[in-house]
Amino acid sequence: MPVSERNGTKVWQRRTGRESLFHWVLWLIGVAVFAYCWQQISNATTWFFVWDAPRIAGDIWTRATPPKWEYITQLGKPIWDTLNIATLGTIISLVLAVPVAFLAARNTTPSRFIIRPLALLIIVSTRSINSLIWALLLIAIIGPGVFAGVVAIAIRSVGFCAKLLYEAIEEIDETQVEAITATGASRWQVMAYGIVPQIMPAFAGIAVFRWDINIRESTVLGLVGAGGIGLQLSASLNVLAWPQVALILLVILAAVVISEWVSAKVRGAII
Amino acid sequence: MSSELQALIGKNWKKPPFIQRPWLRWAFILGFVVYLIAAFLTIDVNWSRVYEGLERGKQFVLAFTSPDFTSRSGDIWEGMLESIIMTVAASVVGIGISIPIALGAARNVAPLPVYLICRGIIAVSRALQEIIVAILLVAIFGFGPLAGFLTLSFATIGFLSKLLAEDIESMDKVQAEAIRASGARWTQWINYGVQPQVMPRLIGLSMYRIDINFRESAILGLVGAGGIGATLNTAFDRYEYDTAAAILIMIIVIVMALEYLSGVIRARVQ
Amino acid sequence: MLRLEKLVKTYKTGDQALKAVDLEIPEGQVLALIGPSGAGKSTLIRCINRLVEPTSGNVYLAGTELTGLSSGALRKERRRMGMIFQEYALVERLTVMENVLSGRLGYVGFWRSFTRRYPQSDVDEAFRLLDRVGLLAMADKRADELSGGQRQRVGICRALIQNPALLLVDEPTASLDPKTSRQIMRLVCELCQERGLAAIINIHDVALAQMFVQRVIGLRFGAVEFDGPPEALTPDVLTTIYGEEDWEATIAKVEDEEEIEVAE
Repeated sequence: MPVSERNGTKVWQRRTGRESLFHWVLWLIGVAVFAYCWQQISNATTWFFVWDAPRIAGDIWTRATPPKWEYITQLGKPIWDTLNIATLGTIISLVLAVPVAFLAARNTTPSRFIIRPLALLIIVSTRSINSLIWALLLIAIIGPGVFAGVVAIAIRSVGFCAKLLYEAIEEIDETQVEAITATGASRWQVMAYGIVPQIMPAFAGIAVFRWDINIRESTVLGLVGAGGIGLQLSASLNVLAWPQVALILLVILAAVVISEWVSAKVRGAII
Repeated sequence: MSSELQALIGKNWKKPPFIQRPWLRWAFILGFVVYLIAAFLTIDVNWSRVYEGLERGKQFVLAFTSPDFTSRSGDIWEGMLESIIMTVAASVVGIGISIPIALGAARNVAPLPVYLICRGIIAVSRALQEIIVAILLVAIFGFGPLAGFLTLSFATIGFLSKLLAEDIESMDKVQAEAIRASGARWTQWINYGVQPQVMPRLIGLSMYRIDINFRESAILGLVGAGGIGATLNTAFDRYEYDTAAAILIMIIVIVMALEYLSGVIRARVQ
Repeated sequence: MLRLEKLVKTYKTGDQALKAVDLEIPEGQVLALIGPSGAGKSTLIRCINRLVEPTSGNVYLAGTELTGLSSGALRKERRRMGMIFQEYALVERLTVMENVLSGRLGYVGFWRSFTRRYPQSDVDEAFRLLDRVGLLAMADKRADELSGGQRQRVGICRALIQNPALLLVDEPTASLDPKTSRQIMRLVCELCQERGLAAIINIHDVALAQMFVQRVIGLRFGAVEFDGPPEALTPDVLTTIYGEEDWEATIAKVEDEEEIEVAE
């Protein structure tokens, strides 16, 4: 009871003594952990550089402005590649994600104890690893280039799309499925008529959502050599050509804004 | 039998197309096909290189069956610890800063000038990717986890403030009004009318963001901003697939553990 | 035509939904299944077309035993049993026409159904049925644009296009207003008469059931408590089915309403 007797009067407290003690201990641990983390970061930092940072930032700024506008003529192909990496990667990942999602959803999986955990493992392992790491890996395997970027984006997106999609499949209205089953439809027909129409809006939403994210991610894949505008960024950074860097960053920013606008429009049209 | 029926019997039936106007429909289909062909044509794939790579791919997959945690255990341990430290510190700071910005970015709580400023901060933070921010911060602050920590904090603000602000904007007005009607001042109103409504969402989003921060911290090392990424990069460069597999397995396990934990916590707060 | 023998359904939780139900329905008989919630009405209907797998007992449809069939043979038999659902259970994002045609899924192959190329006879029949229930103009509307009563009419069309011998009707009026409820019940019963279909209508509105059917079965705790003509439903009988309550009002009201309707 959070009501205690103190000097003969009843005092209401939000928590009992034990609860508030527990809260205090939790906060204490939290603060201690944070202090430790901060100390570690601080130890690994050369503070001289940090105090010098405003000057360096100002220096970079003066060197980077104005952006080298004429460089844009060389960015056409990289931008096209970036768009392709994102779009093709998304399409491939959707093709792969659909079967994985059906295998992972509780109500459609053929086997709960063998196949479902496998599908979930695919989802979690592709999801937890960033597309840049996938790109690194693929470059080591199949060599640098746009193709490695497409595959990296595709693999990274499989888990993401399959997760959202299988959650949508698990949330469908079962009576509609029941009604189709009752007509004597086969397993595949039940899927095509009872389940697919119900998850179609979710599917379209996921596709556009992921495409938007993939545009962002594909702009930086070039940093590790997987094609796209990131290649130019990394090359310009290596030679400290700040005006070019400034222009590339502006282009990336524009791409991100446009893709977000497109995806918002399309999602609005679907829903 | 009605005349409408008479007219329809014996006629073909087709599902009405998704896009009504035929020319627009065909333009879409044609445009898409043309784009796909063009896109495929401009990707030059060096198939012999890919074919050679299959062998390495097999080795990599096999490496997962015998990951090597030991031969570079020092690097792995240091990198992982640094990633975790960056994640924790950046999540705490990022979430701490996001809350006031989220309040400022909710139109039903904040006045217009504050709203515009906060939305501006969110837009900037969301438009810049982690890795690009990290590159700039490394250039400014030098190599090390400080740049990574700042990057993740900055990214957390954009993500969390936006979603939290949306949640605050869609909260139940009546509850908040009831608190205001009791004569509460602004801070009390936030504390009693708004906070209880958005708390579960805030906790859920925070857990999710910690998860993302950890995943991102694994790549910041590629540009010198600290964390496990540098070790991983070296392992790939030297074709040490067993070490790389060990690191990837650790990342996957930690992400799974975080997801499980966040599931438990979310179930408790709701 | 339909015969249930000692049908038992025990759920995994241990709830016994049906306790050895025996029932026989002749050709063309429309039967109402009444009883309190949880009496096993829905389970009984679903055990017949095996949407719910019965624990033991047999179901015979025109001599074929349904309970032992393989899934392929079961699908063939399901074509002869049209089902109408409580919340319509239309596929909301498909058009009315697609919903009606989905009743033919058991007759056409996967590829044909996937590309929506149904045989002309099916398409004609779908138009005829839609015309019969007065929804011809709605054929290309999406199902979620319709009102409750209209949706249930589409559900009826979907069941009838199967060309069934038996209709399984699960609470057809539960989410409809009183007037629409009557219209739907009347439509179902008329269509059964026109086509000589047998039907099991699972319904909780006793008055509505009495108004339209030839035979009433009362179910309580998964066992048949009453089997007889609607006129034999006395307050005493209702008490044994539903428990103690003042039933005079319910029954009296029915008669009143019927008089009013006649007067109209």
